[in-house]
Amino acid sequence: MADDLKIPLLEELEKGPWPSFVSDIKSMADKSEVAADLLRQLEKSYEDKRGYWKHGGLVGVLGYGGGVIGRYSALPEEFPGVSHFHTVRVNQPSGWVYTSKALNEIMDIWDEHGSGLTNMHGSTGDMVLLGTNTDELEPTFQALTQKGWDLGGSGSDMRTPSCCIGPARCEWACYDTMDLCYNLTQEYQDELHRPMFNYKFKIKMSGCPNDCVASQARSDMAIIGIWKDEIQIDKDAYAAYMKDGFNIKDLVVDMCPTGCITADENDIEIDDSNCVKCMHCIARLPKALAPGKERGATISLGAKAPIVEGALIAQNIIPFMEMEKPYEELHDLIERIWEFWDDHGKARERIGEFIERVSLATFLENTGLDPLPQMVQEPRDNPYIFYEEYYAEEDEEAASDE
Amino acid sequence: MAADVSIDQLADDMYEIVADSAGKKKLKAGDLTKAMTAKYGDAITRKDCKAAIKQLIDSGRCVYGYFGGSSIELPRTEGAANE
Repeated sequence: MADDLKIPLLEELEKGPWPSFVSDIKSMADKSEVAADLLRQLEKSYEDKRGYWKHGGLVGVLGYGGGVIGRYSALPEEFPGVSHFHTVRVNQPSGWVYTSKALNEIMDIWDEHGSGLTNMHGSTGDMVLLGTNTDELEPTFQALTQKGWDLGGSGSDMRTPSCCIGPARCEWACYDTMDLCYNLTQEYQDELHRPMFNYKFKIKMSGCPNDCVASQARSDMAIIGIWKDEIQIDKDAYAAYMKDGFNIKDLVVDMCPTGCITADENDIEIDDSNCVKCMHCIARLPKALAPGKERGATISLGAKAPIVEGALIAQNIIPFMEMEKPYEELHDLIERIWEFWDDHGKARERIGEFIERVSLATFLENTGLDPLPQMVQEPRDNPYIFYEEYYAEEDEEAASDE
Repeated sequence: MAADVSIDQLADDMYEIVADSAGKKKLKAGDLTKAMTAKYGDAITRKDCKAAIKQLIDSGRCVYGYFGGSSIELPRTEGAANE
């Protein structure tokens, strides 16, 4: 550790059973003046109860409007190691699957061009390389692209799409999340690197309703695997669970949110027409139950964290869409949504806020979607959708009655 | 290209708007597209505008900025930048 590193307030964060970022950064402070000054500046922030970072809004690499988050120290003479402390977002592989060789490549690049500090991963999903100066941004970008990496999104663009590991390791995946994630990343390179929207647009893909990437709460567009037909039942496997003393009533039947399961030690029946695909029974009886065979995805829009306006959870827009290559139906939907939002959205207005402002009816009408019962978020909240043509029909009926 | 308005012309027009707005208003890509649509109507498409913005950025005549939302600006040294 650097000899003159006095950070008693930060060291409080090393106490307790949890891992500490302070310990991690301290372990680099001997060999990196960036790491040492990062801790010193943060200690001063803790002492003075204020931040000492300045926002750098113009730093980046040529041609890209995203992928670099600029930061300067407000006290560069005192902490020269972090005078510039820009963050580089690197587009992660689908499902966050790396080889150790790939990780070593990244770290060699970052040791050469940056602080060596990383955050794996940012909340959007990117690998986050923390701390470099402006002159090192282009060389970092060149080194990354030469090894086949690319920057991720930031600013008012499509953020780096992310997905669960899907069918690579999970039998519940109802579509190939990793393939779709790669497809959208490639299809929308301009939208990813060249900010053109009112604000950010995040797409996250989960292979089943367990939603391991929390897309329903954390993305503007959540694409979640689902099935249309009946839950598959393996009666022999079910019998084996019962033989082992599995408490089917307490652990499954009584936990079903719609009460659509009838089961005892001899048999199980599911009323699939009332199943809401919560996955609880499948997760409890993984050897006996499995998602149906007619698989695709359901799409919800509008989740966001509480920036600008309050937090929102996503609202269902497409109950079921087949999710097969070349994904033309999905591309068409995404582009219609973007076009309407882009034309009529306000600055820094996320898609969920936009739909709330213009109304669901207006949104559906202008994106060519039909209203469906599945779009009702809460009973007695938004159950009625009126269209001009409905009024026109009423007027015509009234006229014909006269 | 939809009609007789070239991408170069669109890029020049957009550059002029960005230069006029410098220091007064931050313009988004959508603002430039709307301005061009207002000027040229159906003679251009959104795709043309995207190509023009791409040309502006790739040539270095303009850069992307981020202050809450993303904008298209003239290259400059920002006030926050340290030596």
